[in-house]
Amino acid sequence: MKSAIAVRPQRSIRFRGRSLLAFVLTPALPITRWIAELDDWCKNSPDFFVGRPIILDLAGASLSSSGIFRLLAILRNRGIRVIGLDGVEAGGLDPALPPVLKGGRSGDEAIAPGSADAATNFAAAPQRPESTSLLLESPIRSGQSVIFPYGDVTVLGSVSSGAEVVAGGSIHIYGALRGRALAGSMGNGRASIFCSRNEAELVSIDGYYRTAEEMDASLRSRPTQCWLQDRIMMLAALD
Amino acid sequence: MANMAKVLVVTSGKGGVGKTTSTAALGAALAQAGQKVAVIDFDVGLRNLDLVMGAERRVVFDLVNVVQGVAKLSQALIRDKRLDTLWLLPASQTRDKDALTEEGIAAIIKEMRPNYDWVICDSPAGIERGATLAMRFADIAVIVTNPEVSSVRDSDRIIGLLDSKTEKAEKGQRVEKHVLITRYDPQRAARGEMLNIEDVLEILSTPLLGIIPESEEVLRASNIGSPVTLSNATSAPARAYLDAARRLKGDDVPMHIPTDRKGLFDKLFGRRAA
Repeated sequence: MKSAIAVRPQRSIRFRGRSLLAFVLTPALPITRWIAELDDWCKNSPDFFVGRPIILDLAGASLSSSGIFRLLAILRNRGIRVIGLDGVEAGGLDPALPPVLKGGRSGDEAIAPGSADAATNFAAAPQRPESTSLLLESPIRSGQSVIFPYGDVTVLGSVSSGAEVVAGGSIHIYGALRGRALAGSMGNGRASIFCSRNEAELVSIDGYYRTAEEMDASLRSRPTQCWLQDRIMMLAALD
Repeated sequence: MANMAKVLVVTSGKGGVGKTTSTAALGAALAQAGQKVAVIDFDVGLRNLDLVMGAERRVVFDLVNVVQGVAKLSQALIRDKRLDTLWLLPASQTRDKDALTEEGIAAIIKEMRPNYDWVICDSPAGIERGATLAMRFADIAVIVTNPEVSSVRDSDRIIGLLDSKTEKAEKGQRVEKHVLITRYDPQRAARGEMLNIEDVLEILSTPLLGIIPESEEVLRASNIGSPVTLSNATSAPARAYLDAARRLKGDDVPMHIPTDRKGLFDKLFGRRAA
């Protein structure tokens, strides 16, 4: 699982990386017997795979492009949609096939098939980083950049014009925000920005942003909160 | 054990705000108060301090010569003709900042410390090599700022560098920082055409050393090659610099903005008479 992010707040197109958990199915030879086993399993947990991202690991079953197409059709009939292939070389495969994925890591938690809480397990499976925060007691000067991808950042002083604070979580500024604050930088739309005096050049949450020019003039120099609602940057005075 | 000089850097980030004028005026003011002072021009390639101090016709060796071992420090230092406790180490005009090395500057500062009360480094504008070397060994910094947004932001940037790139900062200590506001015009500030003092200090969150009023005396002084505290010691900018120098020495001097302007009544009267 890779967590890459490229936020370009000045542009209107957003490029972001996101890591998520996918199921990996590993067909074995002979394929007909593997499909029979899969059907047996699905009888116990109907609809288990529906709507879930599935990756097909073909390392144990050497199949040609047409063989893979046939297998995908069989799986599709059972409600299993394959988003990518693993264990095969991309070269020589039909380009219409799902892409071959690289750099995968196995999930940390095994999911008990058929068990009642399999679905909740799935939701909890991506390991949450331990909640951390960063406290900065001196002003952030022009030209300085504080990048803290692991959680919230609290600044006791001001953030100067030309300075920036980038946080994976929320940003709290007890002085004036005159520079940039970019919260939720690792793809957290629930992050917020709070400052006791809003003179910001730019605020951004999860890649969505608003420049000083786009802010309501009535918010200028006031205590302000910024959050994301339906992918729209919201700003409101706190006083 | 001889006393150890305080190393003071006069810096700003932005050019043209009055670093060199302030270096000369503060250096002279401290020397006028009986302190032994050396001023060093770090603006290699664009030297000016020698002109402002009226020593340009006596330059033989310079900072780069000393850094490179071509000349001894004592050969390059020029003694002021008016104040015998004031010395100048000029910059080279024909070289650039790459001719300076950190080791060379460290050696010069180390050699000067026991022999002076103050070593004042006149920083070039910018945040590159010349500016970072000028602040590198500073104990105290005077950040020269005009009451104007771009100057204030550049000063803020410089304060960030003083807190991270100096030898003191790297040892976990703090460079003592003071803001010197220059070219201040109370009338224009009152009309909102300039940032007011409170705004500047709030943005920089750094204590104030003094406020130097805008005055033609400053230009006149630099044209005749004399620090303004020597050319006209009773002028408003000279009094402001003399006060600022006393504050640097640790004296408690109330803050006010000296002015040359006469009262409204005098002005009306004067105009009528003219």
